[in-house]
Amino acid sequence: MSGTAILAEDLHKRFGETKALDGLDLKAEEGTVLGVLGPNGAGKTTAVRILATLMEPDQGRATVAGFDVAKDAQALRAQIGLAGQYAAVDENLTGKENLEMVGRLYHMGKAPSRERADQLIEYFELGFAADRMVKTYSGGMRRRLDLAAAMVARPAVLFLDEPTTGLDPRSRNQMWETIEARVAAGTTVLLTTQYLDEADRLADRIAVVDHGKVIAEGTPADLKARVGGERLEVTLADDCDPEAAVSALAPMSDGERPAVSERILSMPLQRRKGEIAEAVRRLDEAGVGIEDIGVHEPTLDDAFFSLTGRPAEEKADEEGESGEEEAA
Amino acid sequence: MSSFSYALSDTMVLARRSLLRIPRAPDLLLAFTVQPIMFVLLFVYVFGGAIQTPGFDYVDFLMPGIIVQTMSFGGFVTALGLAEDLKKGLIDRFRSLPMWHSAVLAGRTVADVATNMLSLVVMIVVGMLVGFSFATPWYEVLAGVGLMLLFGYAFSWVFAYVGLSSSSPEASQSFGFITIFPLTFASSAFVPVDSMPSWLQTFAEINPFTTVVDAMRALWLDTPAGNDVWAALAWSVGLIVVFSWLSVRRFRRAVSA
Repeated sequence: MSGTAILAEDLHKRFGETKALDGLDLKAEEGTVLGVLGPNGAGKTTAVRILATLMEPDQGRATVAGFDVAKDAQALRAQIGLAGQYAAVDENLTGKENLEMVGRLYHMGKAPSRERADQLIEYFELGFAADRMVKTYSGGMRRRLDLAAAMVARPAVLFLDEPTTGLDPRSRNQMWETIEARVAAGTTVLLTTQYLDEADRLADRIAVVDHGKVIAEGTPADLKARVGGERLEVTLADDCDPEAAVSALAPMSDGERPAVSERILSMPLQRRKGEIAEAVRRLDEAGVGIEDIGVHEPTLDDAFFSLTGRPAEEKADEEGESGEEEAA
Repeated sequence: MSSFSYALSDTMVLARRSLLRIPRAPDLLLAFTVQPIMFVLLFVYVFGGAIQTPGFDYVDFLMPGIIVQTMSFGGFVTALGLAEDLKKGLIDRFRSLPMWHSAVLAGRTVADVATNMLSLVVMIVVGMLVGFSFATPWYEVLAGVGLMLLFGYAFSWVFAYVGLSSSSPEASQSFGFITIFPLTFASSAFVPVDSMPSWLQTFAEINPFTTVVDAMRALWLDTPAGNDVWAALAWSVGLIVVFSWLSVRRFRRAVSA
């Protein structure tokens, strides 16, 4: 558990007019999970593509498992596994054939490839569908097979680009457990996600990425601490004026001015006696109707919000599948 | 293993992958078997009676032509497959593996040789059932088979380039129909060139499909060969060199940007 598995320094990448990466630095120690967190278009996929040798940076350097991603790309490829946000498996092959093919392409030899495919099929509980064409698989099964394909050569470093985007809660949980088991076995994982709960649960350290660079880095606890303690959240009634609510509550804030997103007002707050009663009274005097009010522990959502001034999952629902745009 | 033998084994692994798909996709299997049979029967029985081919039975005249057309189309699976792989992100997976990356292209085109062979056998058998016969010794017949497989392989590389350059699998498929299809008709494949209007004759005579069809007639029907066989070989090798180079270049760019 010592040594640096992933090190990226000052990565720049430009696509036409768009700066996908603008001086990105990342670092992950062996056997840990680095969560790269950010909204769509932040540069997460581009970073993964560079670290997984799919493209070269315009500027900057990176090493993975001790190999330079540009100079030693071919040697590095034997050490890494990549699972993307859309399951990159061949629909016209069976699950088992997919894994065997990947083993052969890692140059593992025929018999070992077959053996490894059987192992992984069992490990990922795909035995019942091992000899079925992948086009008959559900979304969750495809993701499991995709992750299995990334693990065929027992890579030292796994890159998982939004591994649970679009999965149902049960499949998500399964995926999380599998990733945790790999890390326990010594694998280093770089995980990109736009789900804060995912980063919170899996990552040892989190790099928050926005506009192609890291705007904050630390453990999940560090990042929460940066938000500065507890927050007041008020769900405003449909017909009220958000500005009136902001002005009414601003004097109570323990940091930045309150901000409203999708009718939810949020602001840092020093916990003391009667603060909720005071907030309700202030809103009432300002003529603001509310549906719900409460104080809660800071989450990574709050951390992202206070770092960027906007919510992390802003457009995640509309653009769920379009993460590759930044690389197109 | 040396890097050359890795390149070979990677190509074979991926060629096998392409071929595994064929028997599982009934539409593809039909495209390689029933479709050529239908074309042979349509031309022999529907158009055959109306087309004058002095010195030949129409079925003898037709078979080399229709086989050249079919071979030039066999590679559409490569275009389709590569366009799909790009769209679905499989190319990213391959590129992250320590394999010979051009095997992604080579595997597909090599698999096409096997499917072209299947089409070729089916067509020759059906042709013979409806009256086609070779007029040359067996070694020239085999040379013709070899030329057809080489020519089909050349078009697989053309289609590889098309598949990598098109915006969708559907677009890559329609490309074949709007370019290669008309070119095969404006050649000596289905009718004698001297039955065409003179402006078209000029075009048909310089059309490489005419050269290849005439070479096949020389090899199978014993017509005077002239330089046609050598020219057909040169066309095939030339297409392979140019389009494999273009495709590999395009492949690098398609995946790295």
